[in-house]
Amino acid sequence: MRFWRQSIWITIAVLALSGAGAATLTTPHKLVLTGSSTIAPLAVELGRRFESLHPGVRVDVQTGGSSRGINDTRKGVADIGMVSRAMKADEQDLQAFTIALDGVGIIIHASNPVTSLTPQQIADIYTGKIANWQELGGKNARITVVNKAEGRSTLELFLTYFQLKNSDIKPHIVIGDNQQGIKTLAGNSHAVGYVSIGTAEYGAQRGVPIKLLPMDGIAASVANVRNGSYPLSRPLNLVTRMTPTGLVKQFLDFARTEQAHDLVEAQYFVPISID
Amino acid sequence: MTWWKRSILFQSASIDKWLQWLLRAGAVMAALIMVLIMLFLLLESWPALQHIALIRFFTDETWHPLEDHYNLLPMVTGTLYASCGALFLAIPLGIASALFMAFYASPRMAILYRRLIELLAGIPSVVFGFWGLTTLVPMINQWQPPGASLLAAILILTLMILPTLALTSHAALTAVPGEYLRSAAALGLSRWGMIYGVVLPAARKGIVAGILLAAGRAIGETMAVLMVAGNVVQHADSLFAPIRTLTANIALEMAYAMSDHRAVLFVSGLLLLLLVMVLTSLAGWLGKEHHV
Repeated sequence: MRFWRQSIWITIAVLALSGAGAATLTTPHKLVLTGSSTIAPLAVELGRRFESLHPGVRVDVQTGGSSRGINDTRKGVADIGMVSRAMKADEQDLQAFTIALDGVGIIIHASNPVTSLTPQQIADIYTGKIANWQELGGKNARITVVNKAEGRSTLELFLTYFQLKNSDIKPHIVIGDNQQGIKTLAGNSHAVGYVSIGTAEYGAQRGVPIKLLPMDGIAASVANVRNGSYPLSRPLNLVTRMTPTGLVKQFLDFARTEQAHDLVEAQYFVPISID
Repeated sequence: MTWWKRSILFQSASIDKWLQWLLRAGAVMAALIMVLIMLFLLLESWPALQHIALIRFFTDETWHPLEDHYNLLPMVTGTLYASCGALFLAIPLGIASALFMAFYASPRMAILYRRLIELLAGIPSVVFGFWGLTTLVPMINQWQPPGASLLAAILILTLMILPTLALTSHAALTAVPGEYLRSAAALGLSRWGMIYGVVLPAARKGIVAGILLAAGRAIGETMAVLMVAGNVVQHADSLFAPIRTLTANIALEMAYAMSDHRAVLFVSGLLLLLLVMVLTSLAGWLGKEHHV
């Protein structure tokens, strides 16, 4: 990635300029993380703070999908792999450390009488097979389908869970970030959408007229994402080939401490602690 | 004061030379920035252009970059519909306000009105977008769901380019030499006859430049449109259909785009630049035509 190449040059320039100080940094410790683009923004932030806590350490984050994270870690190209899903049975050779959870909540306007939707109904709404709230026991009004822009991790999780392709979805409004989703939903009493649970819960508690729908009978809340009972969620894992030692262990520990929680929450993920 | 004299009498030649080089350097720099932007866009979109045939950006079924579909055409029409619609509404309104300020309002009224328009010009686009999202879109939604639509985008853009148009047209109108007006009055033309027959033709170039400026702003506006247009990639079949503009497409997807997806977004940036170039040259051509 260009950015990293650039930052290497900048680092070299700074080292050259700092002269004597550079002597202590000639062999910088480097951590390489590769994998999921969902975790990458969080990993970059974590890396930045980790670098400031451990002078002389550099954290290099590269994306390429969860499978690249697995492969690179197995081959030893990366110190840590980023995998934004639960580990599969044939991946037990790797050690996984969950640093956060990602949950998506289906939201509708607070005035909408509908109280729950089955996964099949949600899939039908998004593919255009159900077009009126009346068919779901609501008012006689057209459903406004709110979808996320391509590339967003919430979209990816939503599509995987309901086994849809983005090209199957017939949206009426496409939104970018979670906040825009909340604003759109609050202003349209016949809309249905989905956003990160953290954002939706925060908004609903502060009086925004939106309603989080339960999934399979389980309430959509940060608490239920944290205890693992809410189905439309996934763990964000960092994986290593061997039992972590040294710098890798320090980074993994750091990522799961209170020190990192605000970074996790800033990305609308649900933090978990090791204690 | 002595500095004045000295510089005029003894240093004028060298100062002229300095100034000449300074201005040259400034001009080269400005031109260079444009060239560099072009180069940057080409460089960033090169990975996509290498293995995606150009024609595919116009003939693919849909825009789903992660599923290998790259049709940009619906976003080109979306951009054009929204900007043309806004210009269609804003040009008459803008010129009318300029005429009002220049010829019909009392001096005090004209100043007050001008201040108001200037204030409108100073409102940040995101405020318009926020107002659109929380007020305008729900209003249209009551009437024709889903509310977020081409119409909402046109209305918001109209509000945003109206002050540009009114102020530039006003400047063009006041730049018409006073003797033209006096001659027209001496010929016994009515006020409207003078405006239509003398002032508007004389101010034509300035007004066209203002329209061009406004068109540029309408095409380039991102945040406000992103918030109200619905952003569904499709050719609009009515005013109430949601659309996505090229700029909104880049802003929506760039944050999480990787490799090919990213490069394709730069292609849409390149296309946007071409669109603006075509419009500029078209306006230049239109401006010339009637002066021959």
